[in-house]
Amino acid sequence: MSNDAAEDNFDLTQFHGVFFDEAAEHLDGMEALLLDIDVAAADEEQLNAIFRAAHSIKGGAATFAFKDITELTHEMETVFDRVRKGQMPLSKPLVDVFLASGDMLKSMLTARKEGGEGVDEEPVRALCLRLRAFLEPDEAPVAVLAPMPDQAPVAAGERSTAPAPVAAPARQLPSKRILEIVFGPFDKKFPRESVESVVADLKDFGKVEEVIAPAKVKAPAKANGKTTSVKKAPLKSAPVKLPRERRFRIVTEVTVSDLVDAISFMADPDRVTVTCIEEMAPTLLVPAQVAPESPVPVSAAFEPVAPVTESMEKVAEPDGSAPQAQSGFEENGFGLFVDPQTLPANQPVPEKAQASEEKVVNIKTAKPAASTDSTSIRVSVEKVDQLINLVGELVITQAMLAQTASVADPVLYESLFNGLAQLQRNTRDLQESAMSIRMMPMSFAFSRFPRVVRDVAAKLGKEVELNTIGEGTELDKGLIERIVDPLTHLVRNSLDHGLEPPEERVEKGKVRHGTITLRAYHQGGAIVIEVSDDGRGLRREKILGKARERGMDVSDSMSDQEVWSLIFEAGFSTAETVTDVSGRGVGMDVVRRNIQEMGGRVEIDSAPDVGTRISIKLPLTLAILDGMSVRVGSEIFILPLNAISESLQPRAEALNSIAGCGQVVTVRGEHVPVLSLADLYGIRGEKQRYEEGILVILEAEGGKTALFVDDLVGQHQVVIKSLESNYKKVAGISGATIMGDGRVAMIIDVAHIVGMAHSRLDKAA
Amino acid sequence: MLQNTAQKSPADAAGAAKQANEFLTFRLGKEEYGIEILKVQEIRGWEQPTSIANAPHFIKGVINLRGTIVPIVDMRIKFNLGEASYDTFTVVIILNVMGRIVGMVVDSVSDVITLMGEQIRNSPNFSSSFDTQYITGLGTVDERMLILVDIEKLMSGSDMALMESARLQ
Repeated sequence: MSNDAAEDNFDLTQFHGVFFDEAAEHLDGMEALLLDIDVAAADEEQLNAIFRAAHSIKGGAATFAFKDITELTHEMETVFDRVRKGQMPLSKPLVDVFLASGDMLKSMLTARKEGGEGVDEEPVRALCLRLRAFLEPDEAPVAVLAPMPDQAPVAAGERSTAPAPVAAPARQLPSKRILEIVFGPFDKKFPRESVESVVADLKDFGKVEEVIAPAKVKAPAKANGKTTSVKKAPLKSAPVKLPRERRFRIVTEVTVSDLVDAISFMADPDRVTVTCIEEMAPTLLVPAQVAPESPVPVSAAFEPVAPVTESMEKVAEPDGSAPQAQSGFEENGFGLFVDPQTLPANQPVPEKAQASEEKVVNIKTAKPAASTDSTSIRVSVEKVDQLINLVGELVITQAMLAQTASVADPVLYESLFNGLAQLQRNTRDLQESAMSIRMMPMSFAFSRFPRVVRDVAAKLGKEVELNTIGEGTELDKGLIERIVDPLTHLVRNSLDHGLEPPEERVEKGKVRHGTITLRAYHQGGAIVIEVSDDGRGLRREKILGKARERGMDVSDSMSDQEVWSLIFEAGFSTAETVTDVSGRGVGMDVVRRNIQEMGGRVEIDSAPDVGTRISIKLPLTLAILDGMSVRVGSEIFILPLNAISESLQPRAEALNSIAGCGQVVTVRGEHVPVLSLADLYGIRGEKQRYEEGILVILEAEGGKTALFVDDLVGQHQVVIKSLESNYKKVAGISGATIMGDGRVAMIIDVAHIVGMAHSRLDKAA
Repeated sequence: MLQNTAQKSPADAAGAAKQANEFLTFRLGKEEYGIEILKVQEIRGWEQPTSIANAPHFIKGVINLRGTIVPIVDMRIKFNLGEASYDTFTVVIILNVMGRIVGMVVDSVSDVITLMGEQIRNSPNFSSSFDTQYITGLGTVDERMLILVDIEKLMSGSDMALMESARLQ
């Protein structure tokens, strides 16, 4: 009806991105809740949250006239409404259908996002039918026949018309309330005139009247049965004098939060305030005069009269996404938190209602704030990256200044030095803050695994418990996104190959259900992510046999570590049968490659019948490193500070040679192999004898190594630049950086050097 | 020279214009080479690069190009041409190939010329310092002969050792 006006003034497509993001969040939240929910004793709060998620998506989809999404979410909403009201038991098949619907919604959203016209209708229809099947048989046909209101693109407006015939063919008048909407203050960005079109759209929700003077006492409009009144009178007659705000009153069935949601798509939500002025009882046309403070759930008292036919319309949502819900009144009641079966008619304020009111508060705090007073903003990753790059350049410039100034006399240029010191502090802080923007908790990666495990375990007929530890560990966003695929591979592998079927486990004397543990923790400057299972473990003989079969060069004398690493070879799978889940031998090689591309390493520990643990070690961030610069000849190298345990100038008697493999230095009774950086990288060092230069003791996974350098230059925070972006990976070099003087310095891969020193030692031994 | 080329092509201006390509020409020893100008990002003077461990001798190292680490290849060493001396007149052509930035040291940069389609001939099987698979053709301008090089293919080739072998597939 008034859509044309809206389309003229607002290009809805500009809000699509927001809708897709929000819908994706809602879907993720819904999925997490569905997986978490205890079918036997579902938590009311969770049920409501799931319902809300479906409803919010529906609202948004309806606004943008995404009919297929609306249709499916509508069915979900209908079914779940029953569940949360206790009219229908929650069952595992129901959860399954909901999960499937969630997946379908995801693909629908993706299709829309890519500009398509949605997905194939057939599977959607099938899902809808499956959902309807859960409804009581006598009502199901009604649901099937209920036409979807495709010409009502406004979220709650559609809500007011559509679900009624589905849930209960209007045997009871919906509950109504008077809401006051205040627009303003007006300015160029939000012109007075723009209100007209918003208000025109609001007519979908009910009767709208403008309040000319901010009247304190105003007779509430009488609620009519029909809400889609098309009365236009007060709108065009704008007031002569122009106050800063315009007030409207609407008689409607929708809740404050729904209205806010709807308006926020049409107008700047910061300029709009919605308050509930009055609640009207559903069956009585006389408005119930209840002060907003009163906890008496007015409509709840009427609920039990017809609990089964209760329309979902009068069920207000405790939607925490509406911060303007100032009165909190409608949250009190409408039977949402009151079990209609246990509440005798007309009995005021059951304790339970109050208790559940607290729950509402909890939900409010737990739910992320909505657009109106949001505490977070969405920023594109490119912008953040640009910021981080600029900060990186700033750090280099700061280092350059510090280096230039270092030759000046500190007495003469005291203020300059003070300023530089402050600059250094500030740039460091700035850098840390900038980097922290990109950091995200591991839970972003872990949260998808309950679903993966559930699905795969069900497919394989295994019983699995998933533990996640260290979800709060923060990691660079880019790394989190890239770690998900390798982790999924590993988890699926553990499920398929690692864990035994329940019967086999019982035979072995293990508990019936297997356990998969995902763990993330910091270790030094790195983050370690582990995937461990308590399954059958890797079988050395089998892997070696398979490797021989494939013509690989293996021997029985290989160490366990070497044998395990064979499973990372392309096309290697010891699974006897190729299953849907794994066994094709692609995967592990991809896992290793992905992780190496991220600058990480993979390690496997395994023991027969005890389990397998795969550890992925990743750098915390790809951007910054605390380093010590060392000089060899005219070249400067950077050693990661966290790998340096000490540096010393050795005495001649502390050095001993071992035949054929160079020297070791004795440091406090410990023999540490010595490597010369100059020899390693083929440069001419200035100092030829170890006792003339400096030995830097490096510590890495493999042990300790003393690295011989000419001199220590200084300690810097360096910005890691990739060598690979324009060149390729160089063994022993983990990256490059730009020094204060603009020259490039190589960052040394300590683990590689330590490994090299020790393999040399092993050969000699 | 540009005038010459313009005079040569009045007959089929429209058709030839489609095939007209601009080439940056440079010298390596006595030979003159041409590469597609669109692959060239900039031309710089020589600066001492930071050497890379275990790199082939013709990869002189990496330089800092406004915050980007760029490897430097000395074509004179790679193809045994000219004398690899470095002074203020040594020229580095910064190329942008396959989304990567690579610096190439040459003896000198001569010109930017436009070649029409008919000025480019297929390369005969002659012996040049370049492997003929990297030569797209021979261009003639007046009396000069230009060896046109597919610089992208050359730089990403395995014998340049500039890129990970995985990238080549």
